[in-house]
Amino acid sequence: MSLQAFELLEAIALPITQANVDTDQILPARYLQKPRANDFGAYLFRDLRDRAGGTDNTTFMLNQPAYKSSRIVVAERNFGCGSSREHAVWALYDYGVRAVIAPSFGDIFYSNALKNGLLPIVQPAAVVVALLTCLQENPGAMISVDLAAQTIQSPEGFIHDFDINPFTKHCLLQGLDELDYTLDQIARIEDFERRYEGTSN
Amino acid sequence: MNKQTTKQEDMTQQTDRIKHTDMKEQIDKAPQTMFEKIWSRHKIMEREDGQVLLYVDRHLVQDGSAPAFEMLRQRGVPVRAPKRTFATPDHYVPTDSRDLNSIADPEKRDMANALMNDAKAGGIESFGLNDIRQGVLHVLGPEQGLSLPGAVIVCGDSHTSTHGALGALAFGIGATEVSQVLAAQSLWQRKPKTMRITINGVLPQGVTAKDIVLTIIAKIGAAGAIGHVIEYAGSTIDALSMEGRLTVCNMSIEAGARAGMIAPDQTTFEYLKGRPYAPTGAAWEQSLSQWKKLPSDPGAIFDTEVSLKAEDMSPMVTWGTSPENALPISACIPDPDSVTDADRKLDMVGALHYMDLKAGERLAGVKIDRVFIGSCTNGRIEDLRSAAAVARGRRVAKGVEAWVVPGSGLVKAQAEAEGLDRIFLEAGFQWRFAGCSMCLGTNGDTVASGQRCASTTNRNFVGRQGPGSRTHLLSPMMAAAAAVTGRLTDVRELLGVLV
Repeated sequence: MSLQAFELLEAIALPITQANVDTDQILPARYLQKPRANDFGAYLFRDLRDRAGGTDNTTFMLNQPAYKSSRIVVAERNFGCGSSREHAVWALYDYGVRAVIAPSFGDIFYSNALKNGLLPIVQPAAVVVALLTCLQENPGAMISVDLAAQTIQSPEGFIHDFDINPFTKHCLLQGLDELDYTLDQIARIEDFERRYEGTSN
Repeated sequence: MNKQTTKQEDMTQQTDRIKHTDMKEQIDKAPQTMFEKIWSRHKIMEREDGQVLLYVDRHLVQDGSAPAFEMLRQRGVPVRAPKRTFATPDHYVPTDSRDLNSIADPEKRDMANALMNDAKAGGIESFGLNDIRQGVLHVLGPEQGLSLPGAVIVCGDSHTSTHGALGALAFGIGATEVSQVLAAQSLWQRKPKTMRITINGVLPQGVTAKDIVLTIIAKIGAAGAIGHVIEYAGSTIDALSMEGRLTVCNMSIEAGARAGMIAPDQTTFEYLKGRPYAPTGAAWEQSLSQWKKLPSDPGAIFDTEVSLKAEDMSPMVTWGTSPENALPISACIPDPDSVTDADRKLDMVGALHYMDLKAGERLAGVKIDRVFIGSCTNGRIEDLRSAAAVARGRRVAKGVEAWVVPGSGLVKAQAEAEGLDRIFLEAGFQWRFAGCSMCLGTNGDTVASGQRCASTTNRNFVGRQGPGSRTHLLSPMMAAAAAVTGRLTDVRELLGVLV
């Protein structure tokens, strides 16, 4: 099985100034029973995009024309906290988002993102604040992400490095699926099980 | 605690040991945390990048797992270790009946049905809706003795951290990882950091495990433990019942932690002995001797240390839309103007607007519409007993709809044997069947838009209990107090405790 390989990305970035954006907000629970074949992009931030009564909440940036085609999200600390629902990643991915930049991420969201070709990029809080300010002042401004070089470039041209585990980077760049690699290790797993069964609880 | 001092003490101990042992043995016996002991015992292999393939002892699957089983089918890979896998539907089950056909939405009904079919096809033991053992997975696992000290336990649900209360390494995973565990009974993991939260002292009356964990989250923040496994320690934790420990570990994820754990002790062993899936006879004795070696060694070093005093704690309630927005019930709602950070101020303004609360208003006295007692956080027998003690002889306030949803069929049966159902029903509560229910509303049990709910659950996120719902997290006895007064109330006033 393979994923779509992560390519050089230059795209409009959506600023979300809120901290602790939880997965319930990214993908409300009432869509969790939808099969994966659905376009989860339609459910992304559903309750933030709608006002009561079903009209567009124009104060939410994703509803503003300049940000509508965002493929990068810049957010405050602890993005994707809360529920383990992988649907939150599917919603971002299906909408077209390929990278999220934040000072920190919910641990489970971070893992889920990497397994679906969505790149979570950790940046120092000061860099994120500067990006958020710039994106709010210049709606529709672009950020570029170069995974191979492990850099992002801000709309003003500042370049920032980011860390990523080399194995994960390789998988993303090649569009490889981790489970294929794991299943290649089955002899190691079997060997472990033989030694372990006798002592396990 | 001062880390430098710990290191020095540690070195002194090591020097003493060198007198009696050779160097090799000395290295083997370097003080380890409980987390490190469990981690190293489950390590199958290590990748070049330092990630470890970790063996999984127990995999719990619930009715949100259909996408993971679908991924497995697409690959044509069978379930590798069905004997290590257990299933129960909890997220989509109705709580007003035990009939799956009563779920109106066909997609939701399909989720519960799919789990039972996938379990059957995979040879996985399941606890279906008509089995009295069915319940919220994080209530069922410990109750059945499936969650054991020293084990690695995973589940496609973030509140899997609950099971760490028994001295296990337990954490939530996403759908792709669920499919990986089904296929390979193992998972690639970055080694997390360790954090010890030490709480000493005696809890004041009216203050519960829920108040402990809300106090912790308020102190360290919703991102405070990102990348860490928390070990809870200290005399207050030691004195907690197993139910209380499960509540504390349950909300580790709300502090951002990967997992939470508590060293197994006599309380743990007494809780587990005789549970259906716990070892018996000679195997029990053998396990017991293993489990007793699990607690962190004296001098073991944690990456982060936090300490709190039980005496300083009060019944807590949340006012905002993150669990870190928790305050003692005696407090007033904070003023965004008192915060200098512009983004934090905006977050607070947003939260108060959503919650329809005013800065400076007292938390005690805020009118509520709904009460929910239940969930993997507070749906156990001790939770229901403490809520019933407050509800006894009182009436749910006019205009308030109050629900009790036991965490499992067995909790429900036990409560009924003790007459707790009568107390709740006579007070005007609804007494329902087990499930996740109104914690997240996936089964249709929701709080209506604009309604305010006093809830014993774990998340007060925007729309968590239904679009437009307003959630105040609190303990079961605080929820019962809110039900009978119709307002957020300091339960100690009803208990006749002097504050």
